[in-house]
Parts: sequence; C-alpha cells; structure tokens
Amino acid sequence: MVWVLNFINKFKDPELCRNILEKIRNEATTPFRFMEVCGTHTVAIFQSGIKTLLPENISHISGPGCPVCVTHDREVAAFLALAEQGVQLATFGDLMRVPGPYGRSLKSVQADGGRIQVVYSPFDALQLALDNPGEKVVFLGVGFETTAPAVAATLKVAREQGVKNFFVLSMHKLVPPALQALAMERDIRVDGLLLPGHVSTIIGVQPYFFLASDYGMPAVITGFEPLDILQSILILLHQKKDGRIRIVNNYKRAVADQGNPKALAVMNEVFVPADARWRGLGNIPGSGLLLREEFSEFDAWKAFDPKTEDVQALPGCRCGQVLKGQILPDECPLFRNKCTPASPVGPCMVSTEGSCAAFFKYFV
Amino acid sequence: MSDKVLLDYGSGGRASHRLIKDLFLKYLGGPALNRLDDAAFIEDMHGPLAMSTDTFTIYPLFFPGGDIGSLAVHGTVNDVAMLGAEPRYLSCAFLLEEGLDMQDLENIVRSMSEAARNCGVQVVTGDTKVVPRGAADKMFINTTGIGRIIADPAPSGSRAEPGDAVLISGTMGDHGLAVLAHRQGLSFETDILSDSRALNGLTCNLIRQVGNVHVFRDPTRGGLATTLNEIASQSGMEILVHEERIPVHREVQAGCSFLGLDPLYLANEGKFISILPETLAEKALELMRSHPAGRDAALIGHVREGHRGRVILKTSLGGHRLLDMLEGEQLPRIC
Repeated sequence: MVWVLNFINKFKDPELCRNILEKIRNEATTPFRFMEVCGTHTVAIFQSGIKTLLPENISHISGPGCPVCVTHDREVAAFLALAEQGVQLATFGDLMRVPGPYGRSLKSVQADGGRIQVVYSPFDALQLALDNPGEKVVFLGVGFETTAPAVAATLKVAREQGVKNFFVLSMHKLVPPALQALAMERDIRVDGLLLPGHVSTIIGVQPYFFLASDYGMPAVITGFEPLDILQSILILLHQKKDGRIRIVNNYKRAVADQGNPKALAVMNEVFVPADARWRGLGNIPGSGLLLREEFSEFDAWKAFDPKTEDVQALPGCRCGQVLKGQILPDECPLFRNKCTPASPVGPCMVSTEGSCAAFFKYFV
Repeated sequence: MSDKVLLDYGSGGRASHRLIKDLFLKYLGGPALNRLDDAAFIEDMHGPLAMSTDTFTIYPLFFPGGDIGSLAVHGTVNDVAMLGAEPRYLSCAFLLEEGLDMQDLENIVRSMSEAARNCGVQVVTGDTKVVPRGAADKMFINTTGIGRIIADPAPSGSRAEPGDAVLISGTMGDHGLAVLAHRQGLSFETDILSDSRALNGLTCNLIRQVGNVHVFRDPTRGGLATTLNEIASQSGMEILVHEERIPVHREVQAGCSFLGLDPLYLANEGKFISILPETLAEKALELMRSHPAGRDAALIGHVREGHRGRVILKTSLGGHRLLDMLEGEQLPRIC
C-alpha cells in the first residue's frame, strides 16, 4: 500500500492544521515567544514547515531538550577515555558524532580501532555482554526520564541473572530541574513552554506545576504531530490573554496525568538523583541520575573511574545563550563558519535534534 | 570442490580454473566469457558509449528482496542507463574471503545470472581473488558496465532547466529500510522488501517514446534528498518539491518514524528521477505507470531559477523548508 508522506493520521491533516493556524493568527495580537523544550519538537516545527507558517510576531526558540546536546564535555571525555581503554562500548547511534576534547568522537575512536556497537535498546547492550562473557561491556546511559526506566529495568535483569561483565555509565538527566534553572534565569525571554511529550508519558503532569505557581510560566504538554504543536501554541496564547496561567496536558492520548508509576518506580529503585553538569547550562542541582549503592557493581563510573578532565570550551561558542533563548542560532559567529553539522563545535549543532543543527538543515 | 572457499581458488592454478569452469561459466557463461582470453572481445559496439563501475559491499549478503549478486548487476546496469544508454556488457570481479560458504557463493552467482538475463546484459570478462580470513568481509563484487547511448543529447545532472518537471519512478526508502531492519533484526507488521531492480527497460522506453529527457539519476546512497541536491548544484538551479506528492510505503514511513530516520535520505536501488520539459511530463508519467518499474511514478516538483543549488520542500501544511544533503550516515536516535 502506497501512502503519501505525512498523511498517516488526523494529527497531520493539513485542513485541520490550517484551521488552527487561522485561529493563532487571530489571537496573536502582540509579540509572543514560546520555547519548545524537546529536540523532537524542534525538528517537527522545522520539518513540517510550521516555522514558516506562524505569524511574524510569534517566535520560537529551542530549549535544552536534546539529551545528546546537553551531555557535558567532561562526560564525553569520560566515555572516549573508556573507548580508548579497549572496553566494549554499546551506545545509541546519535552519540557517535558528539565531539569531545581535541575534536575526538566515538566515530574517530572507532576508526582507530575502538570497539563501539550501536544498539537500539539497553537490553541489546546486555545481550552483547551475555554473548561475550569474556568482554566488559559498558552501555552509555544518555537520555532523560524517557530512557532511564528502560536502563533501570535492564540493570535489574542483569542483577537477577548475576551478570558480571555489564556496566552502565549513567549520564541521565532530569527535565524538571533544568526547567527550573531556566525559569530562574533573570534574562530569560520566554512567554510559554511546550513541554516534552515523551518525558511526560513517564513523569506525568505534577512535576511541572511549579512553573505556573512559582514562576507564572504557562506550559503545555505537547505531542509531536503538527496539529499537536499548533493546538498547544493556541492554548499558550489563550492563557496569555485570559491571565489564567496553568499547566495543560494536551497530549492525553499518550500522557496520563499521573505519568507511568511503574516506570517511575523502577527508575527510583535503581537510580538516585544527583547534581549534574549540562552543556551550555552548567551545574544544575539534582538534575542527574546515578546508580544507587545496591547497583554499584554495575556502575561504570566506579568500575573504571574514567578521566573527566576539564576541557576548555571553544572560544566564541554561544550554545549556552541559544539554549536559553537569548540568541538565534545564526546570531552565533561560529554558525555556518566554524560550526556545521559536518564539524560541529557546540552541543546544539551535534545532534540532529539540536536547535542549531535543525536551523542549519531546514531554515530557508 | 570444497564446501568453503579456499585460498587456492584465487591462485590462478588448477583450483582457480575449476572454480571458473564449475561455477562462473556454468551460470554466467556466453560466447565472450567462454573464450577465457585475457580480455573480452567486443566487436559490435559503435557510437557514443556510456561506461560505469561500482563496487558492492553489503551486510547481510542476502536481504529481503535481493542479494549482493543481483544488486551488483542492477546497480551498474542502472548507472549506465542513467546516461540514456542501453547497457550491453558487464565485467565482474569477485573479492572473496577465505572460508566463505560455497553454497552462498553459488546462490549469489546464480542470482547475478538471472539478473543479467532479465536486463539483457552479458558478463564478458571477470576476475576472482581470494584473501585470507579477516582481510575482507565475506565478499565484495565489482562490476563495470558498458552500453550504447541512445539519447541525443545524453541526459546529464547538469541539464535541468527552469520549468522542467521532476518525476520519480516510485516509492522512496524501501531498500535502505529493508536492509537496515533486516540487519538489526527488526520486524514490522509487513515485510519491507528492497526495491533492487533494473531500470534500463523503462529508461530506454522513455527515451524512445517520450524523448528529450534532460536528467536521469537514480537516488541510491543518500536518497532522494541528496540526489536532488546534486542535480540542483550541477545545473545551477533551484528545485521545489512537494512533500505530499512523494510516494512512500506506509510500512517504510512507520519504520522510519520509529527509528528516527527520514525516508527521503534512505537508499533506493530500483528507482530513478527523471527531469524533462513540463509539456512531456504527462506522457512520461503515463508510460512509467504502465511499466512494472514505474507503477507508483509521480510528478513531485519543478526546476526553477532562484537560489542555485538549493532544494526546497513544500510541506503538506503549506510551509517551506530546506531539503538539505545528507551529512554522513543516518543514525538512529535516542528517544
């Protein structure tokens, strides 16, 4: 059966989308800036052409919601060091090109003989360890609340089976603490937030309430189809107009208000929140996840103690300001010059879901 | 013969001769190859000729919808056809890893023979090398093809003109996703098959019955997006394509969405882009749709002056965005 691109479901229906766009145009009487927190939203906004269809006084900026982008230089240095030690690494694909100190990446380490296997789930990484009992396999645990529960479940299985050659280098990050750090920024210029749909399926609605109550920031949990995004923008505009600031779940077909209690339970059983460094945003209290003491035998940080030397960020890189919505990607002097998807300098150019990469790739 | 490929088979001695006679001549033999001379003797090719070479390395060797053998024939035959030529002869060089399963090799050679017969080409010269275990991944095949150009002037990536229509012969991304899914052991509701097939039958029909084709190009590695960028850049033109007109199998769309891939960047091995004057577009489409290789053909956009070398996608919503060239490999994403 042949389908034509983008007509899979009603959430892509051009007619419905045009209706909402018309309403947005009517509502947008004053300038409005929204931030999408999730990289998948960034790509969807560019890919669907929404960016070119919104009225001029509505602008959007891309927040820190791309797990690859916010992986800190020190973390990259650590896993590159592991790869160079000859440990078998298992990783999600999009970490392969992330540049670390001296322009090294997993791709370049692999070309030099480093053993790196791209996997689609942490269970594949565990399987790799089971299939190669003589090898030490380290899974690179990068991602938000969406990914962490699956890693936690894998570790529980590894413990039940008494696996001795499987490790996780946990670099997981939590979204609400990062949003709080953003909201606390004095020079933040955002009128509303599109909250990440995938993360919300796990954590639910409650963890975002502080945005409205403490910071007066309207925010809408949003799905990834064009109609989802347009509806959420309209909800944000309505809130601005009537002054009733609150958190809205506009992705009810996937997100239960209470989230996914089972996933949360397994995540909390295995991981404990800890301070973490984010690329561009710096140290954010309680925004990372480390393995609990009971699982420390699987903790690659403890087992291998990889070096996390402090690396000098490239002068001129303004990803921090891009992530906070203070400048647009093309206002950075490195954009398109020194910093391109082929040789990314900053975090936002690294991942396909980074805001600079999306801007580079799609913006007409 | 042994049931595994031995280093002896590449020695040039008796073992090599046995392999040639019992396998290659058995399946690929013909008047030219059977002579076993150092080079192929060709006496019936005159006029402008098109020649192309390609080396094939794919994991796994057998994938849903094809194998490295049929791919090695189709790939080169299609490249020759894209110059508006009728492919006639192929050379074929095998690089085999010691220990390769003989049955696999035989199946691949048989598949090459069928593919060559179906697209009307003869293998006229060949070579075999065997390298020690570990020096190559099972097998690589190089094929070179030659054919007579029947279009005047020959189509070229630099000949797209303002106002030309951009046609594609069918669905995008089938081969790339089929191989990737098979490699990773992923399964979807319906099997996705590679579209590997020869295109010369249809391209020759188009030249003879429609004529004046400005560009033929097969969107293999890098997919439709990358190939359109190459054409825009070679011709110094801008190309506008409409997202809603690009045919994609539903399973491919769903698989891509699951893996974070874009079908417009996935390889195709049995599709081509045809760019010709708008006035000929309807006739060309009709002809394409009546041929098995072009059943899902569609007019997807136009060539225009504008920003040189740029491809713009008009989205289903009516917005616009850049359709850029692929950077490196597409990598599945985290979430």
